[in-house]
Amino acid sequence: MLKAEPLPLLATGAGKKAAVAVTGTILYGFVFAHAVGNLQVFLGPETINAYGAMLHSMPKALWGARLVLLGSVVTHAALAMNIYAGAKAARPTRYKVNAPIAEQSILQRYARQTMILSGPIVMAYLIFHLAHLTAGAVPGLPFKEGDVYGNLVRGFQNPAVAVSYIVANLLLGLHLFHGGVALFQTLGLRHPQWDARTRPIAFLVTAVVTFTNVIIPTAILTGLIGSELR
Amino acid sequence: MELRSNAPTGPIETRWDRHRAEIKLVNPANKRKYEVIMVGTGLAGAAGAASLADLGYKVKAFCYQDSARRAHSIAAQGGINAAKNYQGDGDSIYRLFYDTVKGGDFRARESNVYRLAQVSVDIIDQCVALGVPFAREYGGLLANRSFGGAQVSRTFYARGQTGQQLLLGAYSHLARTVAEGKVDLRTRCEMVDLIVEDGRARGIVTRDLVTGKFEVHLADAVILGTGGYGNVFYLSTNAKGCNATAAWRAHRRGALFANPCFTQIHPTCIPQAGEYQSKLTLMSESLRNDGRVWVPRKREDCTRDPSSIAEKDRFYYLEEKYPAFGNLMPRDIASRQAKFVCDQGLGVGPEINGVRRGVYLDFADAIKRDGKKAIAERYGNLFDMYQRITGEDPYSVPMRIYPATHYTMGGLWVDYNLMSNIPGLFVAGEANFSDHGANRLGASALMQGLADGFFVLPYVIGHYLAQAGKSKTTESSAAVTATLQETQGRFRKLMDIGQKGSRTVDDFHRKLGGIIWDNCGMARDPKNLRKAIEQIPQLRDEFYSTVKLTGSGESLNRDLEKAGRVADFFELGELMCRDALERDESCGCHFREDHQADGECVRDDDRYAHVAAWEWRGNGPEARDGNYVRHQEQLSFEYVKMAQRSYK
Amino acid sequence: MAETIDLKLHVWRQNGPKDAGRFEDYSQYARGISTHASFLEFLDVVNERLVLDNKEPIMFDHDCREGICGMCGMVVNGEPHGPQKATTTCQLHMRSFRSGEELWVEPWRASAFPVIRDLSVDRGAFERIIQAGGYITARSGAAPDANAIPIAKSLADEAMDAATCIGCGACVAACPNASASLFMSAKIGHLNSLPQGQAERDKRTLAMVAQHEKEGFGSCSNHYLCEAACPKEISIRWIARMNRDLLSAAISYKPAEQRAGGDGLSWV
Repeated sequence: MLKAEPLPLLATGAGKKAAVAVTGTILYGFVFAHAVGNLQVFLGPETINAYGAMLHSMPKALWGARLVLLGSVVTHAALAMNIYAGAKAARPTRYKVNAPIAEQSILQRYARQTMILSGPIVMAYLIFHLAHLTAGAVPGLPFKEGDVYGNLVRGFQNPAVAVSYIVANLLLGLHLFHGGVALFQTLGLRHPQWDARTRPIAFLVTAVVTFTNVIIPTAILTGLIGSELR
Repeated sequence: MELRSNAPTGPIETRWDRHRAEIKLVNPANKRKYEVIMVGTGLAGAAGAASLADLGYKVKAFCYQDSARRAHSIAAQGGINAAKNYQGDGDSIYRLFYDTVKGGDFRARESNVYRLAQVSVDIIDQCVALGVPFAREYGGLLANRSFGGAQVSRTFYARGQTGQQLLLGAYSHLARTVAEGKVDLRTRCEMVDLIVEDGRARGIVTRDLVTGKFEVHLADAVILGTGGYGNVFYLSTNAKGCNATAAWRAHRRGALFANPCFTQIHPTCIPQAGEYQSKLTLMSESLRNDGRVWVPRKREDCTRDPSSIAEKDRFYYLEEKYPAFGNLMPRDIASRQAKFVCDQGLGVGPEINGVRRGVYLDFADAIKRDGKKAIAERYGNLFDMYQRITGEDPYSVPMRIYPATHYTMGGLWVDYNLMSNIPGLFVAGEANFSDHGANRLGASALMQGLADGFFVLPYVIGHYLAQAGKSKTTESSAAVTATLQETQGRFRKLMDIGQKGSRTVDDFHRKLGGIIWDNCGMARDPKNLRKAIEQIPQLRDEFYSTVKLTGSGESLNRDLEKAGRVADFFELGELMCRDALERDESCGCHFREDHQADGECVRDDDRYAHVAAWEWRGNGPEARDGNYVRHQEQLSFEYVKMAQRSYK
Repeated sequence: MAETIDLKLHVWRQNGPKDAGRFEDYSQYARGISTHASFLEFLDVVNERLVLDNKEPIMFDHDCREGICGMCGMVVNGEPHGPQKATTTCQLHMRSFRSGEELWVEPWRASAFPVIRDLSVDRGAFERIIQAGGYITARSGAAPDANAIPIAKSLADEAMDAATCIGCGACVAACPNASASLFMSAKIGHLNSLPQGQAERDKRTLAMVAQHEKEGFGSCSNHYLCEAACPKEISIRWIARMNRDLLSAAISYKPAEQRAGGDGLSWV
């Protein structure tokens, strides 16, 4: 006799994936808002520093948001790794020949295949990013509490830092693009009439975030902004 | 031996109802004490096993495939008949009954056929309840089509995959009962003998196809839902694994084999492409609605590009010979005419053994008339399949078709209760002989399988068990040990021969199939049948001295499985030829060249309005003439008047 | 077109689930193969030659050989069922290959599908997923009239799209995670689409997903290679629908035995 008892949602692959999608959506919202907020760097030191001060003036909201984000990141990463480990156990052997996959675009294929790689890299970048611009704990990179503009500019005037930010953000872009399309599939939010739009929307949001995140270090590195602090 | 059909008498409309009211019942608390074996998990097997399990019987089911849902019922394309009269076009149970008896050329039992037509109505209800996604109209009601020349639209269908959907429905029913612990389902496990003690079926011997282990399974009733024996021809539309071993082993234990020569040939199959060909693929008969069948008039044109052959040099033989029906002639006649023109050397396609066996089915006119788009809508999936298999584009090059064996109407003899002459041995679906007579109508095979499984077996098994009680046979009974030893010996002997052998099993099977196809296929005559009856035992003797096997008998051994099945096909094939020789008339699919009027069957109702049921008295490979005994069950036709089929 | 071709054939041989297995070079048995033969007929020819050479034939599963039973399946050069789209191995024909082409033939690879021998694997896990809930409970003889509940044509057609799944396992073989999501979602989707399937809808979805987990299949990470490999072209949309059904079932399902007592409402 077969005992087919339902499992708790988070004990099933599809349930874990749904949690990854939900936390991913939260993080998606954050990176979008974060990127758009950071655009204020182009408006000069006063604006962005005031923006930073405004956020810090609401400690409860700020720490609340930080906790939600931390929880999301941890859940997102832990479940993703758990799913990956399950996949490796389910398919221990590879085929002799790698089959060509004709039907997927190069971008999509690359984004899909690098999901598990771009994740950890983005994670490492995230830790560095927090250490650099939130905690000010990176040795060699000057940090002054409250001077968002100055910290940003001085950091990105270091070519190594700027380039690694750019690379990491391009990877983040791929990660967001695949995730942005996939979350509709994972959460079952598909409909023939929406389907045609989800991909362009995911692409657009990803493009905005990536462009913003890449243009800031590029602008600083090339001296377009912040040259007065050199 | 007196063959009693045990069919009720009285008004035919009330026979089954009265029978159900009168049969014995098993007390619900007692049902769980009875064990029932079901061999085969096609439509009849899966539906029967699940239905009996739900009633409370302990059921053990067996199939040789890796899953019950792979049984060959799955391959049926066209549809399933039912006398629902949803179209309001004048259909009724009586009309379906009438069409089936007449279509079977008056060689089926009226009572059985009436019951079949009656329960056909319930089948559709049951299948819809199980989630079979039949085709629907826009209003949400079930769609029907007319099939195989029927004058009413009574065929229900699910695209071109009706068999698949019905089997998945029956299989899901079975899966639930397995999950609930009511059915013990054994896959990759083949029945290789029947255990009979004191004249009652007591169980079966199986061989586990993975481990090679022989096992005994005892039960209070044994049901065979093991399908037909079309693979005796080697090339047929059956699945490669389809075989007659279960039925034949039951026959050798005393069950009568009825009308083995009644085998149906389907006219529209993709022709053989070469010697290596392993099976033939059926293309839906609906193609003949728009395709025109022709061959070149001149032999020298047979290898030419068909588009270069002028209209006047094309021989539209069906249209010329049968102007009224043309390309829509019934299956048997269309098939025989194709064979006839190819025998004259007018066939097209690859030459195999000196003959080109193929005729054109040309859609050029239909495409000109209705446009390529309309044709693609109607037959797109069939055209795609044809192109996948042959590599030719049927939109631009005429299709090539040739008849192939498709279904066997003959099978183990059963009475009205689907019980063979061995008490406790029941036979359902294609494996029995009962409902189709000498010719089966399109979309009736699925109907019979499910009728037997869902709606007949649940009653008749209880009726039997209530009277017979529990079987007292144990594993240590003499009959059990003897049967097990004989079976093991049979396989050991094959392995012993195989070590020194020099010819593969497939080689023998191909040769056997060739002999039967040539002499006992679409057209039969006494001279050829006698020739086959001589050739088959010779080939069988060669088989038993030179067949080649590798590996061991105590593990997975695909060739050994095949050898066991082919060994049984030798005997069955010979019996087919003998039955065809003895039935000195033409009827339905049994076409004797010496009993025809312009290519049409001439029945001899005075001498042959009966079922021929053969008894095995032989003793293995040594069997010769006197060892086959022919019994008769007289058929009476009280409701459908015997008449000649005519299509001129 | 060449009528016959020679192939460089490598076939995976493995005696049983415990055996390590290895590729064998059978090129010498793979010469003069008709381009009109199907892939399985090609293996038949190789097998007959192997047997006459006193070697054990290659074990592979097959039955109907017309693309519907779902029994056959092997990976040819990394592709489940070989290079031709929407085609099972039995309907793949040798004209898809060039003479001299190198072929690597392997079984489906997944922990949940242990190898029985050579190219044959045990797909019992699929059976148990179906047994967990891939059915509508309807005892024989108790059904209402088939036309009692009209079903919109579009709905019936959609259910049929899912129901064409032949359960061959190519989706699992193609998936880098060896997930059976496509198979499972097709089976769930077929029954969950129909009015007859609603009563057991939540239980079915939860139970089948749970069984999928127990069998050791990986989970879907949206690679969509299953859809590309599926011989019946089942859409990955069914996976999306299954995900939705699962989330809604997880919220609303309450087993019948827990319903008793309280105020009688199973869920507020």
